Amino acid sequence: MKDSFNTTLILNGIFFLALATTSVGALIAAWSTRLIRSVCGLAICCLGLSGLYYFLHSPFLALMEILIYIGAVCVTIVFAVMLVEPDEPASGEKRASALEWGGAMLVMTAGLFWALSRLALSPAWKEAEEQGSGSIRAIGIHLLTTYSMAFELISLALLVAIVGALAVARSGRTKP
Amino acid sequence: MTHPLYDKLPVYLLMAAFLLVIGIYGLVRRRTLIGMLISGELIFSAASLNLMAFNRFTVQDPAVGQIFVLFIMGLAAAEVAIALSVMLAVYRNYQSVTTKDLTDLKG
Repeated sequence: MKDSFNTTLILNGIFFLALATTSVGALIAAWSTRLIRSVCGLAICCLGLSGLYYFLHSPFLALMEILIYIGAVCVTIVFAVMLVEPDEPASGEKRASALEWGGAMLVMTAGLFWALSRLALSPAWKEAEEQGSGSIRAIGIHLLTTYSMAFELISLALLVAIVGALAVARSGRTKP
Repeated sequence: MTHPLYDKLPVYLLMAAFLLVIGIYGLVRRRTLIGMLISGELIFSAASLNLMAFNRFTVQDPAVGQIFVLFIMGLAAAEVAIALSVMLAVYRNYQSVTTKDLTDLKG
């Protein structure tokens, strides 16, 4: 009894750590004026999210979140930050107008959050009685049978994206 | 025996709502294209977390939602590659990625 209590306590602690990491990362990503810090905030947020995915019984997606978001997306954005002008300029906005627009946005987003949390806390969500396993094995079988077409299409989309990115970024460059 | 906090649906939904709200705020308030892209990624993450939460608690076969979120991640990676190359092209033409400078069509 004492043992299971301790386990619950530790699990709760790790869960709160994941929640806090996600929110703090998101706040840094949205608020800091230096872009490189903002990218770091995104990376921290993704780290927390992968913890949340782990708690949602999906270690596979937790791994993928770290691999794709931190390993690929954030690193790509860091490269872009290095290639273009890094910092946001001081806003040319007047102070009053900045306050006005920022306040309006705050009110709007707070309203949206309130509405969404009303929806989230409503008792309408019924939990499924019995669930499949959702194991990595099940994911693999689904990917190669039911969703094989989508799987192939996404690889095609990635290929087109790579070629398109090269083509767009290359145009306008002078020959050496 | 009541469920512990990490086994409840509303906690994850609230977290996803928070991420969405922060992302929208950032998308409107950031002044560079890269900052807006980062906020867009936050919104993507919010959508993924929402799907995963419902997938864990209310769906019969939890593998389906995981595959869906995997596809979201793949598309997000493709989108970032395209968007950043567009930004490089914009920077080459305007010497800036600040949204205020990109006003050629403005009368």
